[in-house]
Amino acid sequence: MNAASWMNLSLLIWFPIITGIATYLLRHVANGVISRSVANIAATFMLFAVACLLYSFDTTIAAMQFSQRIPWIPSFGIEYTLGVDGLSVLFIAFNALITFLVIVTRKPNANNAYIAALLVTSGLIYGAFTALDGVLFYVFFETMLIPIYLTIGIWGGVNRKYAATKFFLFTLFGSLFMLLALFYLYGVSGSFSIKDWHILPLNIDAQILLFIGFLLAFAVKTPMWPLHSWAPDAYSEGPTGAIVLLSSTKIGAYAFLRLLLPIAPDAVNQLAPWMIILSLIAVIYFGIIALTQSDLKRLITYSSVAHMGMVTLGFFLLGDVALKGAVILMLSNALAAAALFLCAGALSDRMGSCRIIDYQGIVNVMPWLATLFVFFAMANVALPGTSGFVGELLVIFGAVEYHLGVGLLTATVLVIGAAYTLWLVKRVVFGAIGNSQIAAMKDLNHRERFGMVVLAVVMLVMGIYPQPFLALIDVSVTDLLAHLARTKL
Amino acid sequence: MMIGLEPTLTHYLLLSAALLTISIIGMIANRRNMLTILMAIELLLLSSNINFIAFSAFLGDMNGQVMTMFVLATAAAESAIGLALLIVVFRRRGEITVETINILKG
Amino acid sequence: MLLIILLPLIAAIIVGFWGRRLPRGASHLICCSAVGISMVLSFYLLWRVNQGYRFDDDIYTWLDLGFTRLTIGFLIDPLSVLMMAIVTFISFLVHVYTIGYMKDDKGYARFFAYISFFTFAMLMLVSANNFLQMFFGWEGVGLASYLLIGFWYTRESAIKAGMKAFLMNRVGDFGFIIGISLLFATLKTANFSEIFVRIDELQGLTVSLFPDYELPLITTICVALFFGAMGKSAQMPLHVWLPDSMEGPTPISALIHAATMVTAGIFMVARMSPVFEWSDTVLSLIIIIGATTAVFMAILGLVQNDIKRVIAYSTLSQLGYMTVALGVSAYSIALFHLMTHAFFKALLFLAAGSVIIALHHQQDLRKMGGLRRIMPITYITTLIGAWALIGLPPFAGFFSKEPIIEATKYSTLTGHHYAYIALTIGVFLTACYTFRMIFLAFHGQPRFDVHHDRGYQAPKESPLAVTVPLILLAIPSIFAGFLFIKPMLFGNFFDRSLVVASEHHAMVDLTENWHGIGAYFLHIPSTPAFWLALLGVVVAWFFTLRQPQASAVLIRTFTPLYKFLINHFYFDAFYEKIIARGTVAFSRMSTLVVETMGIEGFLVEMPIKIVRWSASLLRHLQTGYLYHYALAMVLGLLLLITRWGMI
Repeated sequence: MNAASWMNLSLLIWFPIITGIATYLLRHVANGVISRSVANIAATFMLFAVACLLYSFDTTIAAMQFSQRIPWIPSFGIEYTLGVDGLSVLFIAFNALITFLVIVTRKPNANNAYIAALLVTSGLIYGAFTALDGVLFYVFFETMLIPIYLTIGIWGGVNRKYAATKFFLFTLFGSLFMLLALFYLYGVSGSFSIKDWHILPLNIDAQILLFIGFLLAFAVKTPMWPLHSWAPDAYSEGPTGAIVLLSSTKIGAYAFLRLLLPIAPDAVNQLAPWMIILSLIAVIYFGIIALTQSDLKRLITYSSVAHMGMVTLGFFLLGDVALKGAVILMLSNALAAAALFLCAGALSDRMGSCRIIDYQGIVNVMPWLATLFVFFAMANVALPGTSGFVGELLVIFGAVEYHLGVGLLTATVLVIGAAYTLWLVKRVVFGAIGNSQIAAMKDLNHRERFGMVVLAVVMLVMGIYPQPFLALIDVSVTDLLAHLARTKL
Repeated sequence: MMIGLEPTLTHYLLLSAALLTISIIGMIANRRNMLTILMAIELLLLSSNINFIAFSAFLGDMNGQVMTMFVLATAAAESAIGLALLIVVFRRRGEITVETINILKG
Repeated sequence: MLLIILLPLIAAIIVGFWGRRLPRGASHLICCSAVGISMVLSFYLLWRVNQGYRFDDDIYTWLDLGFTRLTIGFLIDPLSVLMMAIVTFISFLVHVYTIGYMKDDKGYARFFAYISFFTFAMLMLVSANNFLQMFFGWEGVGLASYLLIGFWYTRESAIKAGMKAFLMNRVGDFGFIIGISLLFATLKTANFSEIFVRIDELQGLTVSLFPDYELPLITTICVALFFGAMGKSAQMPLHVWLPDSMEGPTPISALIHAATMVTAGIFMVARMSPVFEWSDTVLSLIIIIGATTAVFMAILGLVQNDIKRVIAYSTLSQLGYMTVALGVSAYSIALFHLMTHAFFKALLFLAAGSVIIALHHQQDLRKMGGLRRIMPITYITTLIGAWALIGLPPFAGFFSKEPIIEATKYSTLTGHHYAYIALTIGVFLTACYTFRMIFLAFHGQPRFDVHHDRGYQAPKESPLAVTVPLILLAIPSIFAGFLFIKPMLFGNFFDRSLVVASEHHAMVDLTENWHGIGAYFLHIPSTPAFWLALLGVVVAWFFTLRQPQASAVLIRTFTPLYKFLINHFYFDAFYEKIIARGTVAFSRMSTLVVETMGIEGFLVEMPIKIVRWSASLLRHLQTGYLYHYALAMVLGLLLLITRWGMI
């Protein structure tokens, strides 16, 4: 390949995992100082490594770059195949950024085992985004559950056990269908290579079955309506760092692009209207549900899944503009969800509660948080100039192009989104000081502020000048669409 | 079939079937003594042994008799372990009544 | 040129981030000078454009979609430069005024940052050469408005009003973005000049909303775009946010909710005139909505007791006039009225603000009175503004309002008769409520509370920072009319930036009847509007000064009607009780029914229940009795042998 030879994707995956394990093992040595610095260095190094990857990434070709291919279980044709293309490169970059922020801006008294779990998760996420072998993808996709399950179950809120179990069972349930689909594909093609599957001819019945199998797995992970029920519990109970990482990892939606759409294009074309309906339900239903949530984190969760509804909508409109918009919206939602969860985390750290009625008028005591919160809220309602606008605009363009009725329903997100977000801002940020606990709250400290400001800057850059981001994904999306237009029957 | 004739294969099989039935009834119907169950198992194994030997003689194949040896060895091992368990149960509970031993009840 | 737009932004950023650490003087110095320079440059640009200078180019590519590029770029033509001049002029005066008005507020720097940001967004809006950037400015001013209405963030009503304004605007934006998307989906470009050139391609095309139900494409686009304008320019029924926005500080009411932001909708329709001209249906709709707004909002203005709300309803009513002018294709008159209105309405608001600070934030007209002698400058400037507003010659309003009414007469579109009658009645009502306000505030006996405790300051004339902008606004309120009517309406100032189809000839007819300023003055006595305005003043005088108790009698006689009016035709009640509460109730219900009972209760709990239930049945099989297991084994064996013959 044309890429620089020193860039090694395995490094991305295994470096955080190994340093994560080291962090865990060294957690009692020298009061955990070594372990903490190992984690910091690892997170910073990953940011640097991914920056190098972005720098040497070639935006003009749709093919996989930095590929690696090692036989793993040769008797079943399973290979350890990695590669990056335009669809995954930005997710990798954002994963590095979010991991860095989560680890560097953690609380000083955060448990080192917890940090270790986050590092391992991060490594597995890289794995899922770069894997090009069905089994390898499945392994990363599933293993990722374990550290997140542990963080929610051990360091979560009051209902953490219920939330963690639910999260695990839901995702496992979906993944089983994906496993069946993978085995079926192996049976037909004799290979586990995703790239081989992309060009594998399949009849329409097989495609529809595969579609359903993959859909169940990815719909749970994304999450799509009505398989979202784990999300509000997991996100409201989990510790801030873990849920920031989890909510900004759009692996479920990414898997649509990597597996579902290119493997079963004819089924996609046939079932797209149904998927559009499901997505619209998600957009509108979640928006309306979000309006009356009494828990800060649950509200943010519903807001995030409503946006994911727009993402899947963008996928299945099957148009150039909409698909690009969907990918950008995914990235933007990763930032917005992460940022809002950081805000919610900062609040609940101080208050010990996430109920909205416990808050009022924090602007009086926490001007920094209030400013950033309002900014993120505006990004969440897709104000032009923030990252959220780019994606939503393109998806709405695509929706109107597809059908005016779909466009009208999609555009209601402008109103509904603004309604729940502004109402939240009104209840939490503005007003007179609600109670004595709020009066005693301190504004963001340096480390919290650092994390949020970095996110805010990225959002602004992405909103004001999104072209570089689009340029990274452009060729791959165009290639994917061309692929979708070809029948595989 | 007439009395005074040489016993045929059928007789052996009937005997074996009778033993099997007795042993199974011993296992199922017996609600008192666990020792009886062990004995019933022995009977069961013996009934299979009779089958083996009968067929071995009938077919002239020595494998059947070899098999019988295996079964005997297994039966010995089984009864040893069974008795050992029985003693443990008796030591712990002071009785070996089958009806009262249902700690595995769901 | 870029400097005009960027200076306010830079000022906003500096003051916004470091304002708390800067001395107060620095905050206003930075912002005022930035906007001041911007204003000077705008006037220079206006002069250049009048000489024939044009600019239409992209600055950078925002998104490259392959088949088209979405860009950030500017279009400088008479239309945009006029708006830029108005915006920077009013904005500069409001900046100066704020120095006096917000003197003691602790959010001083923040306020300056917001209004400078607003100025930036508004300039982006008017100078855009494509939809995208226009939408950026459009939402940007919405954000600024939201922040500024809720500026006093501890006040519940202010935050609520801000939220209401943002949401109502969002409803409008919903239409706007649908319009943009339709244009983009069909023409594959967002650039104005390309759209205007290629708009005729869309003629005769249709778009389907439901199966077998086709809508004419251009009409759909125009309805959607106008819906956006209705949100921003507060036309019925999306007007309810504007009166509530008076919760914000008064300079904001002047700048955003009277002079500039609310006129963005008018500007947008004027900018899109090449598109709107293709759809008579939508033009009729615009006329009808505008006329309805003009007259009904004026009626509401009569019963308001809050001085700012009176002016707010007046703004709504005047926006209705502008909208009607757009509808009859008299875009230049709409913009002309926009300009004069910006001057005199900003003047009225700032004067009201001057009264309000003098009375220590008392806004109730019933507790004013007799201020004429205490605040002479404020009184005289208010009077000038009021004369301009009711269209008394030779003040500015006369020259801009009268042609609108005449244009409705010449128009041939459906609804123009209705509009003519509505606007004429509107003139009478305008005079009524304006002078009712003036008489209540400045004439008669003082009714304000006077405290005699220490530290209380009796009402006095406002400081220079307040009165100078008033005087500066009074000047154009007098002269802008007859100075600019000729070039703007009948000259070719707007050149090709406004397009009128030949069959919409109201403007042409008007031009034919134009015989110079002198002749225009002469025909004053023959217009019903003039006499109606005078009558309105007299009626106002009668009910407020001559016979104050008469209004009480009227209220008693027509109590139901009065209640209907005082509740703003129950629009607010409808939105709040039915739409907002309904949505919340619907949300609660869906949370309960779908989320808790349906998804949690059924999808999630059902498998759990099935497993638990089947386990509770199956556990009985596990008796713990050895002989039961043995029996099961034997029976199973028998079954295998007999049923399937396995052995």
